[in-house]
Amino acid sequence: MSPDLLLLIGKATLDTLRMVAIAGLIGALIGLPIGVFLATSGRGELFPAPNINRIVGLIINALRSTPFIILVVAIIPFTRLLTGTSIGTKAAIVPLTIATIPFFARLVEAAIREVDKGLIEAARAMGATPPQIVFKVLLAEARPALTLALTMTLVSLIGYSAMVGAVGGGGLGDLGIRYGYQRFMPDVMLVVVIVLIVLVQLVQSAGDALARRFDKKSR
Amino acid sequence: MTQSVPHAAPMVTFTGVYKHFAASGSGAAFTALDGIDYSVAKGSITGIIGRSGAGKSTLIRLVNGLEQASSGKVQVDGVDVGALDEAGLRTLRRSIGMIFQHFNLLSTRTVFDNVALPLEIAGVGKADIEKRVRPLLDLVGLADKHSRYPAELSGGQKQRIGIARALATEPKLLLSDEATSALDPETTQSILDLLKTINADLGLTVLLITHEMEVVKAVTSDVAVIDRGRIVESGRTFDVFTRPAHETTRALLSGLPGSKLPETLARSLKPAPEAGDRAIVRITFFGATAERPLVSQLISTVGTEVNIMAGTIDEIGGEPYGSLVVAYAATPETSGRAERFFTENGLVTEVLGYVA
Repeated sequence: MSPDLLLLIGKATLDTLRMVAIAGLIGALIGLPIGVFLATSGRGELFPAPNINRIVGLIINALRSTPFIILVVAIIPFTRLLTGTSIGTKAAIVPLTIATIPFFARLVEAAIREVDKGLIEAARAMGATPPQIVFKVLLAEARPALTLALTMTLVSLIGYSAMVGAVGGGGLGDLGIRYGYQRFMPDVMLVVVIVLIVLVQLVQSAGDALARRFDKKSR
Repeated sequence: MTQSVPHAAPMVTFTGVYKHFAASGSGAAFTALDGIDYSVAKGSITGIIGRSGAGKSTLIRLVNGLEQASSGKVQVDGVDVGALDEAGLRTLRRSIGMIFQHFNLLSTRTVFDNVALPLEIAGVGKADIEKRVRPLLDLVGLADKHSRYPAELSGGQKQRIGIARALATEPKLLLSDEATSALDPETTQSILDLLKTINADLGLTVLLITHEMEVVKAVTSDVAVIDRGRIVESGRTFDVFTRPAHETTRALLSGLPGSKLPETLARSLKPAPEAGDRAIVRITFFGATAERPLVSQLISTVGTEVNIMAGTIDEIGGEPYGSLVVAYAATPETSGRAERFFTENGLVTEVLGYVA
């Protein structure tokens, strides 16, 4: 393989990492509060707002049931508005972020709901305010599960980021499509796949290790 | 209510309290509390005992406002709980500690940080938290475990941490929700001893709910028996135990060791004597009579034919208590001597029946 190609692969890998990192960060920051809201706003819960809960749930479901590739195309005007372009790495971050939010929010909701209800009752009995319960009890106790949720989100994001390559999004997927497929260079395709596998493995192992460190239940 | 002596005012008062639960998806509507009038004396250890579903969990949760009464009034140290807004409730809750059957410790916090949690919630500074938590861990005997996690502790140790946590904000009232039900008998005893110590040393009022008569017997000074949302019997623990009036109380008491006749004896009991039968009599000793050598006197008074069938000596609410089941010839002569002896010595007796 020529040095030029290796350079291309290196740049594509960095692009993918940048897309995953930025979309993951923004998506998680927005998805986390939405997930907490979903888990705590049912009838009789900490912030009871069952109607808003239902509406937010509907929007989340709608976003999650839209195939990613269609979502990418459907929000092009919005992407252009934000980034001034609809192709390239920068543009790809927008649909990746939009897809991450509902995905992560649902995982957060599940993680929060797993927290023992007795702990909420104990905190209420101590005179905790609802925000104190969220920060000191729910988020703290769900930390191992939240770490795994973030890991799963990042792994999915790596897959999605390869998909945006199909519509000119940049990164490893883009490289695989243009060189591996369109120019029929199977060696490039192979390297792209191997790099993706390694990335996913690294993220998963790091996430598992971190979650295990946070988990004080099973020792 | 007017009270001439301030310290005699109750810590908790329930006045005509009802709690109804509306029908929900899973269950029909039902009445959990059906007119509760009861007071918990300051400085007492008061037990509320009942079977599961009797309403005791609901009752204890009304005290710190985790549940709201449908009607009636709950007062804690003169404060009407139902009239408080959320902020007022939070202030009240910081003056009431609570411990739970399943401990409810945060698994991701160390022992120290678990005990510190109520203080953090109350906005206490780091240095003061340090000063407050250390002695509490000493008090419950777990100072050496301060940087362990709950998963590394035994059930009894977890409940000790629960108690330390409940005491962190220096409450005036401690609520105990089946706190020993998940523990083995030995650990239960040590936790109950700790509650007694706290009550005596800190002057803390303890209100506990349980379904175990053993627990009530071991620590409480006062008891209320709850059945189907009503308090069917209440009073000083010693009085309720030695003279149970309601059938629910009797049923709950029948599980206690020493309160039952041996099975074979119970089966052969007859309500009326025939010639040659022996009378089976239960003698209950309490107060001063528990400490006098009455058995030997009884034998010398009645004759040699007194037989001991069952017996127990125990302490209820800190008072000595004894129960002795004896058998003697059911002849008018012997019975007469025995009854005279019982009356002269002020003993409470009950003829249980006759056996051949």
